[in-house]
Amino acid sequence: MSAGADPGPIGVLDLQGGVQEHLDHLRRIGVAARPVKRATELVGLAGLIIPGGESTCLARLLHIFDLDTAIRTAHGQGLPLWGTCAGAILLAHENVGETPCLDLIDIAVSRNAFGSQLDSFNCEVAVPAVAATPIPLTFIRAPKIVRAGAGVRVLLSLEDYIAAAEDDQVLVTVFHPELTPSLAFHRYFARKCGLSVNAADVDPDWTPQSWMRGGAAP
Amino acid sequence: MAENRYLLNAQLAQMLKGGVIMDVVNVEQAQIAQEAGAVAVMALERVPADIRRQGGVARMSDPGLIKAIKEAVTIPVMAKARIGHFVEAQILQALKIDYIDESEVLTPADEECHIDKSAFNIPFVCGARNLGEALRRIVEGAAMIRTKGEAGTGNVVEAVRHMRTMNREIRQLANLPVEEVISFAKSNGLPYELALEVKRLGRLPVVNFAAGGIATPADAALMMQLGCDGVFVGSGIFKSSDPARRARAIVKATAYYNDPEKLLEVSVDLGEPMSGLDVTNMPSEQRLAGRGW
Repeated sequence: MSAGADPGPIGVLDLQGGVQEHLDHLRRIGVAARPVKRATELVGLAGLIIPGGESTCLARLLHIFDLDTAIRTAHGQGLPLWGTCAGAILLAHENVGETPCLDLIDIAVSRNAFGSQLDSFNCEVAVPAVAATPIPLTFIRAPKIVRAGAGVRVLLSLEDYIAAAEDDQVLVTVFHPELTPSLAFHRYFARKCGLSVNAADVDPDWTPQSWMRGGAAP
Repeated sequence: MAENRYLLNAQLAQMLKGGVIMDVVNVEQAQIAQEAGAVAVMALERVPADIRRQGGVARMSDPGLIKAIKEAVTIPVMAKARIGHFVEAQILQALKIDYIDESEVLTPADEECHIDKSAFNIPFVCGARNLGEALRRIVEGAAMIRTKGEAGTGNVVEAVRHMRTMNREIRQLANLPVEEVISFAKSNGLPYELALEVKRLGRLPVVNFAAGGIATPADAALMMQLGCDGVFVGSGIFKSSDPARRARAIVKATAYYNDPEKLLEVSVDLGEPMSGLDVTNMPSEQRLAGRGW
């Protein structure tokens, strides 16, 4: 894009899952955002977030409505992508025991690697590349990144797995920054999309019910 | 239950938004459901239409069946416990499934008390016909709500009634001056603190799915347009003539619920839906939605 041109909004793939939560976080950091349900809506975006949800459901819908091809094409034209949880599974080159979906970053993921919902958890860790203060992380039936290829930088390793990684164009996190008050990863991704963002690490006004605003009964 | 555990459980429900949760009675059906794009399966021995037809006491399914289904899929697995049967819930938690449905589809084990869901680490979803019922279940620890509808009928009329009732009561509450909330809460059986939160949010404070009688893609989209966050389909899929095709169509219709062109496209040539039951003339003892309070 040429200097001074409007870089466009960041899109959030709106097929299933935690869509509103990402849209809200993007607005919190002052970035224009819009849901993306159709291939035509990929045009003019600064970046695209593939949210958490169920990866098999998202993979089916991506394929049925030809969005998988459209996202690969947009990636080929330079569109930055960020996958959280299920989104990371969809972007992975290898999905242990299953067929990969978009195959746009050289990592291997293992689904449900922690167990059932009873094994979902929170923690708080430092990710120096992303924020100066420790970041709260929420893992829900999360996958593990079990291998990162040569062109992939690891942003966060925990115990026996990688929790966040990136290459020049694609960011993957197996946790859900959109389910916490932390804005750090959204700010990081916006900058990766070439946007100038100066948001704080945390939104003190965030609550677990924040995503419900605007979701009033019809 | 620790506060962060409850939040994690409510947040799992957030990740199911816009999705379809399907009743399955064996491994083969669970795989068909997952392949069609279900966001979770409800593992049970009999779908509600068969429970209704066969009568007798309906209980928690054999844990062996639930375990086999859990091992066959990667999506979340839910299972039903009887209303008030906290030991069935303990067993399901020990089985490490992902969500328990304290369900009126099974024969209630307790006619006074629902399960104290706050005593568990595993999340619960509960049915509701109106705002008061929904908020009483949330106070007890439910992390997700669904309409009761009238399960096993293939007739969406009761789910519509329950969703419209909740929406109407939420709108009323939202428009009340705060000093009138306590009296509204008293007459509608709402826990006061939660009534204030609903007033502030303009919706239920947890994810709310449709359930009970959904049989077609149009039914699923109807419930989504009425404001539901997602859809449960019980008998509607595997009692139809072409379950895999109908399951895929309902998944697509739920994702594109606001797009009539897409809804038209997915509604064509689905084969026979499950045969429906008239609810209006159904004797009250056959109505499942009246179970629980």
